[in-house]
Amino acid sequence: MSTLWLVISGTLTGAVGPGISVLYAVYGELITERAGRINLGMEGCMLAGACFGFVATAESGSAAIGILAGMAAGAMAASIHAGLVIYRDTNQLATGLALTLFAGGVTAYVGRGYVDDIIQGLNPIAIPGLAGIPVLGEALFRQDILAYVAYGIGPLLWFVLQYTRWGLSLRAVGESAAVSFAAGRNPATLQLAAILLGGALAGVGGAQLSVGLTHTWSEGMTAGRGFIAVALVIFGLWSPLRGMAGALLFGGAVGLQLQLQALGAPVSPFLLDMLPYALTLGVLAVWTGAADRAMPAGLKTILRT
Amino acid sequence: MNSGAGSNESLLSKVHRLWRCGPFSGGEPALRAALGILLALAVFAAFLAATGIDPAAAFSKGWEGVLGSPLGLSEVGVTMIPLLLTALATAVPTRVGLVNVGGEGQLFVGALTATGVALFFPVSQIWLMLPAMALAGCAGGGAWAAIAALLRWWRGVNEVISTLLANYLAILLIDVFVFGPWKNPEGLGYPYTTPFGLAAVFPSIAGSRFHWGFLAPVIALVVTYVILNRTSWGFKMRAVGGNPEAARRRGIAVDRYAIAAMVAGGALAGLAGMVEVSGIHHDLRPGISNNLGYLGLLASWLAGHNPVPIVAACFLIAVFLVAGDVLQLTAGLPSAAGLVLIGLALFFVLGMRRVERRAL
Repeated sequence: MSTLWLVISGTLTGAVGPGISVLYAVYGELITERAGRINLGMEGCMLAGACFGFVATAESGSAAIGILAGMAAGAMAASIHAGLVIYRDTNQLATGLALTLFAGGVTAYVGRGYVDDIIQGLNPIAIPGLAGIPVLGEALFRQDILAYVAYGIGPLLWFVLQYTRWGLSLRAVGESAAVSFAAGRNPATLQLAAILLGGALAGVGGAQLSVGLTHTWSEGMTAGRGFIAVALVIFGLWSPLRGMAGALLFGGAVGLQLQLQALGAPVSPFLLDMLPYALTLGVLAVWTGAADRAMPAGLKTILRT
Repeated sequence: MNSGAGSNESLLSKVHRLWRCGPFSGGEPALRAALGILLALAVFAAFLAATGIDPAAAFSKGWEGVLGSPLGLSEVGVTMIPLLLTALATAVPTRVGLVNVGGEGQLFVGALTATGVALFFPVSQIWLMLPAMALAGCAGGGAWAAIAALLRWWRGVNEVISTLLANYLAILLIDVFVFGPWKNPEGLGYPYTTPFGLAAVFPSIAGSRFHWGFLAPVIALVVTYVILNRTSWGFKMRAVGGNPEAARRRGIAVDRYAIAAMVAGGALAGLAGMVEVSGIHHDLRPGISNNLGYLGLLASWLAGHNPVPIVAACFLIAVFLVAGDVLQLTAGLPSAAGLVLIGLALFFVLGMRRVERRAL
């Protein structure tokens, strides 16, 4: 019984940390998809953010510069996707996957000298008072600064999309580029902004992984988190707040896996490593009924179900 | 719908068809592809120069090592074998309008099932062993793809997302076995299985690494081409991909064709996994595929998902991959350089197309 409680509380306290990097990518992909575009290169943007964020932190000694570098790297990677899909009309799925491969190559190339380094990255900051709450305080209020920023972005993004002019324009483009063009908006510019902003957020997510969470860099360290973010956006029915729940779910799976490993569960550790991916696939299978209705109409040609 | 090049097809419509097929489909698109590759090489040269490497020397070493030597050419051939199969694994489901991004995972599962047959049902006749392994590989890859196909049909899960996630599951599934029950007890702790018996190995050709497994993609290409372009199955698949509702009203079993195409794609990728373990590694180990599934997908995309130009696209990607390895040995570049070059080439070749309309 006490073991069970240990696993549950350990999972809960461990759920937020690993979920933050994915949460940034979820926000990024969500903005992109609300504008009617899909970016499978999110994985590549995260990887670029993780690599260049780490390298910049290692070279400058400042985690803040590292995070900014990660953000810039993510946006630069996304600019390739944006340029090709918006202005050259290339297939979005193929372009995104090509971007992910390209980013894998560039980061392996650039990061090869940094593989054994450990940096002074971001450290958890305990919020006085709140951090003392059992389990919940430990889980939510003993995180690095990027986690607190991420808590804020979700509601802010929801507000911007729902209640501002720019948010409405963005959603309109996602529903029908032709109609929003007729209404005097420029779909290409709006989508460009959405994809670049999305890439920047994914870059921050990647940097959070290397600079905030692990303080190390390894080749391909994002391990599909960018793709998981794409799945979680669907799970979250294109809403930032439900997206937060999705990222927490992913983080919970990672937390549970680590708890079971620490307890020496008598199964292969690789089987436990499957947990986050299997869970994401599982919730999609259970949950997709509503996705068809919530999906921005502009995505329906590429992401039809 | 135009099934294959009709003899009375007008020149104009022929040009139009080539134009629309993709950059590697011959005629002017091939010219644009060549231009795209040249631009990619130019950017890559700038990238090398920026990282302090003499691009001219690297290019001449790459050319010598890849296309100027029998060893390099045989490596290109060895790399093309699985690439062609994973490219077809994307091309076939595309005909019914499904995007199979799971070639990577299906390859791994095919390697796993083929290895299972080689390890636990060994026979000494090569003509029995290899086909049995190939069948097992196809079954494994097909079953893995069937998960995505069924999730789509039962639960409406988009196959792009499910096949992507399944790739990560497949890679971990291999680890479960090679670090666990299938680990060679005499392997000094390495996560490899026991080496295969002689009958489970594709013989090499002329002492090189190129092996008789090349027959697998050759047969697959011919069969796929014939089925897609010369049979009513292929025609119906295109009908399903073009307009499922119209196909359904015409009496075609849309769901059956779509699931079958997805499973066939998975089987082709699974066959690639079998050919890799049997022809190259002679055992199962982690990391048998370095993005071969994703690269095959992109090759198929460059080729407009047509079996003939797929060969050209796979050749190009294989040359760049081998160039990365050659430059690692001769010019001290990391082998990731090959992936950088492939990425650039994909961007430029994908971008080198006629844009039908301004982005609107």
